[in-house]
Amino acid sequence: MKKVAEFLESKMPPKDKPILHTAYDAFFTFAFAPKSTTQNGVHVRDGMDLKRLMVHVVIGLQLLYLFGTYNIGHQHFVALGEYTGFFEGLNLKLAYGLIKMIPLFIVANAVGLGIEFWYAAKRGHAVEEGYLVTGALIPLIMPPDLPMWILALSIVFAVIIGKEAFGGTGMNVFNIALLARVFVFFAYPTTISGDQVWVAGFDEIAAGAAPTYGWAEGAFNSLFESLSWPTFNSASSIVDGYTGATPLGLAYEGGWSAVTDVYSSQQMLWGSIPGSVGESNKIFILIGLAFLTITGIASWRIIFSVIAGAAVMGLALNAWGATPFMEVAWYNHFLMGSLLFAAVYMATDPVTASQTSTGKYIYGFLIGAVGLIVRVLNPAYPEGWMLAILFMNAFAPLIDHYVVEANMKRRMKRLKNRSTSLPTLTEAEVQSTAEAATA
Amino acid sequence: MRNPRLFSSLLLLLLPALGYAQSVASGSDLTQIVITSLVVLFLIIIVMLVANSFLKVEAQSMGVSKTGEGFGIIPSMDQLFAKNLPRGVDKKDVHFLRQGFNLSLQGEPAKRVNPVAGKTYAIKPTNFIGMSPIPKVVPAVGDTVQAGDILFFDKKNPQVKFVAPVSGEVIEINRGEKRSIASIVILADKEISHKKHTTPSLTGDRQAIVDFMLEAGVWPMLRQRPYNVVANPSQAPKSIFVSTFDSAPLAPDLGFVVQGREAAFQKGLDVLNALTPGDVNLGLNGKANSAKAFSQAQGVKKHYFRGQHPAGNVGIHIHHVDPVSAAQVVWTAGVQDVITIGQLFLDGTFDATRYIAVTGAELKNPAYAKTFIGAKVSDLLEDQVKSDAGDIRIISGDVLSGEKVSADDYMNFYDDQLTELEEGDYYELFGWLLPIAPRPSTSGTFPNKLFGDYKFKADTNSHGEKRAFVLTGHYEKVLPMDVLPQELMKAIMANDFERMEGLGIYELVEEDVAICEFTCVSKQPLQSILREGLDVMREQG
Repeated sequence: MKKVAEFLESKMPPKDKPILHTAYDAFFTFAFAPKSTTQNGVHVRDGMDLKRLMVHVVIGLQLLYLFGTYNIGHQHFVALGEYTGFFEGLNLKLAYGLIKMIPLFIVANAVGLGIEFWYAAKRGHAVEEGYLVTGALIPLIMPPDLPMWILALSIVFAVIIGKEAFGGTGMNVFNIALLARVFVFFAYPTTISGDQVWVAGFDEIAAGAAPTYGWAEGAFNSLFESLSWPTFNSASSIVDGYTGATPLGLAYEGGWSAVTDVYSSQQMLWGSIPGSVGESNKIFILIGLAFLTITGIASWRIIFSVIAGAAVMGLALNAWGATPFMEVAWYNHFLMGSLLFAAVYMATDPVTASQTSTGKYIYGFLIGAVGLIVRVLNPAYPEGWMLAILFMNAFAPLIDHYVVEANMKRRMKRLKNRSTSLPTLTEAEVQSTAEAATA
Repeated sequence: MRNPRLFSSLLLLLLPALGYAQSVASGSDLTQIVITSLVVLFLIIIVMLVANSFLKVEAQSMGVSKTGEGFGIIPSMDQLFAKNLPRGVDKKDVHFLRQGFNLSLQGEPAKRVNPVAGKTYAIKPTNFIGMSPIPKVVPAVGDTVQAGDILFFDKKNPQVKFVAPVSGEVIEINRGEKRSIASIVILADKEISHKKHTTPSLTGDRQAIVDFMLEAGVWPMLRQRPYNVVANPSQAPKSIFVSTFDSAPLAPDLGFVVQGREAAFQKGLDVLNALTPGDVNLGLNGKANSAKAFSQAQGVKKHYFRGQHPAGNVGIHIHHVDPVSAAQVVWTAGVQDVITIGQLFLDGTFDATRYIAVTGAELKNPAYAKTFIGAKVSDLLEDQVKSDAGDIRIISGDVLSGEKVSADDYMNFYDDQLTELEEGDYYELFGWLLPIAPRPSTSGTFPNKLFGDYKFKADTNSHGEKRAFVLTGHYEKVLPMDVLPQELMKAIMANDFERMEGLGIYELVEEDVAICEFTCVSKQPLQSILREGLDVMREQG
């Protein structure tokens, strides 16, 4: 293995070809942990590095990827009125989900990493790992039918304006994944409505017409036939009312009872409902939460306080109770929309969150509270986590500023309390010592 | 879980409850699920508590334990936090430090002393922070000196004298960059002869004591916080701190080192008491019994610190007992330095004897070496390195804050530990994802916590490349101080004096943030950043 590594390193393009060098270096250090050793300072380093940190967040997302991909297919076929049982037509749903997800994932990562590589080469440093997580989060929070060029444009915006302009990984003010989403949200609002469900495969066709599968039919059907599995069948027609409202849209109109008329809480818990790819399965998000907090990757302080903030604000809104949505019991808010997903994966981004431990409690609590206000009181778009987190990203430095000031004040006070008998020599004594020394 | 059978029966109890919760859920009533799970939780807690008491009662009735303590399944608060405090120590004297990390490595020194037949010894002016690069050297090459004769002094600060640790002939004055003095080497006599001093009375004039210590060459053993520089003789510290336990990896057991020199240690503490109008504070280990020289020391205030590394660092003790600022300085001294000071006042000689822990996984028999200050590294390591050892690194000090030295080099003035470590210049296929060899880490992504006291065979591989600060809050987990290390580092990098001061730069020296540097995911050089900041602050005055 040593020989392979050394051979590969000897093929490293020279530094005067920066783009090639950077790209090669990125893939080389991806394959092999570098042989660099400690020089000054500590001689033994922790086995943990940024690559490992980032990849553990990605591992924490895998269940959501699995479920989300399948659910794209599931919702599609449910809208067609076919295979309405969750495990019916398993191969079709999975194949359909993958057809939707793989391009999203590839475009998200190719565009984002491309920009990262280019900037790294330009600045002459190694490619940093931050985009690993961003690239894994973006496909989970975008509508599955989003045109690829809009996705690419949003990532270009987010990575260049949101990150590289500030100096790269570790320097950004706003959460990159959410910045990409908020770009789509404001620039192309028709593609990302929050009150209508997202069901893949119906955007481009006229109402009442049947969806076609194009190349997928040819590619998969012969395989599925040979295994005597269900096949793609473009002759199906859409059932009426596939364009339903999201639970949040329903709750805005008619409160919790309007939601449970359409979706059972069991369905919402397990996520077999239309929605963003990543957000729907609450059980898998909780498993991700356990994984990230037990390994210490995500700050439990932030997650805990987002949930606490949402709960407290939920109780306050329950007490007010002016609209049907306000009357939705506080704990039911955790079943709807992306509250849990945002708390576990979005609010915990260490770069854009508050950096001090005390600050994290405040930051998280305010995200929870503000997010729920936006969700319940905003008439246009009944979901608030993206906006609340970006809003608090902007305030995180301010929160930190006050926490740091408090620490400084505490230090001053401690010193004052103890400085009652400061024993220094008198002027004359200092003088005599200096004379003695020179003599 | 000490009782697997009980655990599995609890699980069995839980399963039907879950089934019930699910059947309720199909009725889509979340309130009922919540209430049911709360009830189930309470049931489990009650069963656990009852089982716990039964186990204790059983232990009592069988006569295994009088109180039944230690036999329950739920550890009591006392078991968790206050178990085995040192003998006769009151809880209120103990500082419980929650933060910290013990880096446990292979190659601990055995409690055995190997005599070392050292030939050459050297004092390195570069060991003293803030010293001008070209101090005035007193003897010339070829002159003979006695132990305690002046070797050099700083022209900016001429009253502080640096003396020869052994008697013999000055054979080399090595120069480094820009003609700076790198080291002054002495070829030692077979029998060390000492310069004789007449000692002043400890009850007399403080200034006389200070002048005597300056002249006799023990003054550099007193260091000042902030900055960790040699103490300023024209100032009196508000208190003096001595730490009697070293929690660094593979560190020497100071209780073993002090054996046979208890009288000198106590005398040294008496001297320190004469130097400060405040207290002499002794930091003791709150986890184990200390040597009698420490636990029964007279005329000092004893503070117990219980926690993981850096609980033994004197900087942590100062922070919790008597914090410093630019104007309020304290002094510190190592245990063996106190012994040397005490010996001077006992018999009027400069006794530079040092017990050095020679440690590391690549050594045949890691143990203590009895030698003098400034011993040659190759003398300490003679016949010690395993024959199959590959590339090794030698460190004067511990693996966290020590300095890399070569075999021809000499021990640093303040160090009482020599560590050697395997070099780690190897590639590792997907090493960041699937590490094959166990490695020390504070991260929960490694299963290290499951293996408790496992001793690692570490190497110098950096396990990743340097990055910008990304992760937050992980320094605070290992630094038992009310300090925000990352904010402080950023203030230093931004040259923000007000923030550096406010965030407590005066309270820290390199060894205190070393454990933060170890744990740093972004592989930032925190110790050198901190020293840059300290240098800037010191020059600003």
